[in-house]
Amino acid sequence: MRKFKEFIIEKLILLCGLASIFFVVLIFLFLLKEGLAVFKTVAPLKFIFGKSWYPISDPPQLGILPLILGSLLVTLGAALISIPIGVACAVYIAEVAPQKIKEVLKSGIELLAAIPSVVLGFIGMVTLVPWVKSIFHLPTGLTALSGSVMLAFMAMPTIVSIAEDALYSVPKSYKEGALALGATHWQAIHRVILPAASSGIMAAVMLGIGRVIGETMAVMMITGNAAVMPNSILQPVRTLTATIAAEMGEAVVGSEHYFALFAIGIVLFVISFIVNVGADLFLHNKKQ
Amino acid sequence: MKDNPVSDCTVSAVPKLRKRARDPVLMQKVAFALLFLATLLIIVPVGLIIVVIVQKGLPGISWQFLTDIPRQGMRSGGIFPAILGTVYLVGGAIIFALPIGLLSAIYLSEYARGNFLTRLIKLAIVNLAGVPSVVYGLFGLALFVTFFKFGASILSGALTLGIMILPIIITASLEALESVPHSFREASRSLGASKWQTIRYVVLPNSISGIITGTILGLGRAAGETAPILFTVAAFYLPQLPGSIFDQVMALPYHLYVISTQVPNVDEKIRYGTALVLLTMVLFMNLAAVVIRCRFRRKKKW
Repeated sequence: MRKFKEFIIEKLILLCGLASIFFVVLIFLFLLKEGLAVFKTVAPLKFIFGKSWYPISDPPQLGILPLILGSLLVTLGAALISIPIGVACAVYIAEVAPQKIKEVLKSGIELLAAIPSVVLGFIGMVTLVPWVKSIFHLPTGLTALSGSVMLAFMAMPTIVSIAEDALYSVPKSYKEGALALGATHWQAIHRVILPAASSGIMAAVMLGIGRVIGETMAVMMITGNAAVMPNSILQPVRTLTATIAAEMGEAVVGSEHYFALFAIGIVLFVISFIVNVGADLFLHNKKQ
Repeated sequence: MKDNPVSDCTVSAVPKLRKRARDPVLMQKVAFALLFLATLLIIVPVGLIIVVIVQKGLPGISWQFLTDIPRQGMRSGGIFPAILGTVYLVGGAIIFALPIGLLSAIYLSEYARGNFLTRLIKLAIVNLAGVPSVVYGLFGLALFVTFFKFGASILSGALTLGIMILPIIITASLEALESVPHSFREASRSLGASKWQTIRYVVLPNSISGIITGTILGLGRAAGETAPILFTVAAFYLPQLPGSIFDQVMALPYHLYVISTQVPNVDEKIRYGTALVLLTMVLFMNLAAVVIRCRFRRKKKW
């Protein structure tokens, strides 16, 4: 009897072990199920490279290029800000900071990671947006730039914590060897430890950027949501994620608009899949 | 000495070399100062954000604000339905995600061999963690709301959030299970205990605090997310309490979004107050997780 009970439990454990694979596949299948229907009316290339997004005009124009460029612009800005600062912070925490300060800094970073994106979006709206407006003398502060700055903050905890892990896992003997050869601490960091940790840092950067591309609420609240082709970082833009979040509420179930939003979901899923598998390969490489 | 050509040569070469390589000690000072500056650029805004929300939100908090329903189109009154809605959603998510996540972690730590399947599962976990939150919303809409016909309801929202926090729970539990020394398992097996008995009576009790920590972190994440509940449960304005799991509810993060972007002329005190309540809930859970982790580390004997 006990053997039978354990048999059941072990099967249950195996089943749950496979749950993650099951859910990833399930998510992809349901996105496909609802999203592929849009390609009956719009050619895939026209969907991705179409320059106008007017989903509720008649006939609807469903080109997501402005949204892709919006996402790219905001992401690029966020990457330019967050990568140097994030990696530098990781180096400071891993190598330079005294033990006590290190713990404080790490909890500060964890704190930032814990703040909900809607709260960061709200703070961005009431502080950052007016600043951007008055500094650049713009009609509105809801711009790609504001979004980039805010998103940089959301990417930093990911970048810092994973890069710090990578730096920490570089064998101590590397550093000792460099110091023994007469290098200063900084030379050891810059010439030995950073190159040794480079694949982990690369993974950190990729995951940070993945976080930025997928971020929804803060972006929707502070980038201004104008679905037009962006040509300046000081203009309102709209990202892929914000489009789904803002329009799904009004889209009629079964309409082309509804299918198109799911198709955007497929695009986002594929992007995040590539980013995560890529980052995983970098991390896996390091272990070998 | 001055006539010695060798010494002459070195004397003239040193300043040149210095100029090219610069002073390494000075370089280090500059570099460390820059690193410190970068760290400040992250830490100071975090501090400011917290201070601003607490300072401006505290005057808006009162017993009435926490326990009353929203009134006059959310421009006055309280946020009780939103708080309660978030509690229901988070509770539902954890009821769904904890058993599956824990069993999944047990599989990975105790049963899985280091083969291709294990690698695939780990990759799936990483991917699940990286799927954008709004895509979870779409998925919940397609599967729970439309396909299973649960409608926009607590059930749909909680299940969507549950799947979203699954990777957090699996990763944290796995780490806790793997930190139990191998000798514990061997001792138990050598006493004649079966594999499951070893897990149940030796491995789990020794890793429980890590599992709880991960669960609480998952709770915090579920409480703060907005995008997954946008189309699966969240009600724009619903000044009544839900009667069953098939009802819609208001939720704190969505409420904050609504009153800060969709409804004009909401008193600043209400906006900051709502942000403060949400932030307090999330940070409190994170703090609890940290405290449990620290206390456990101190108690750990191996």
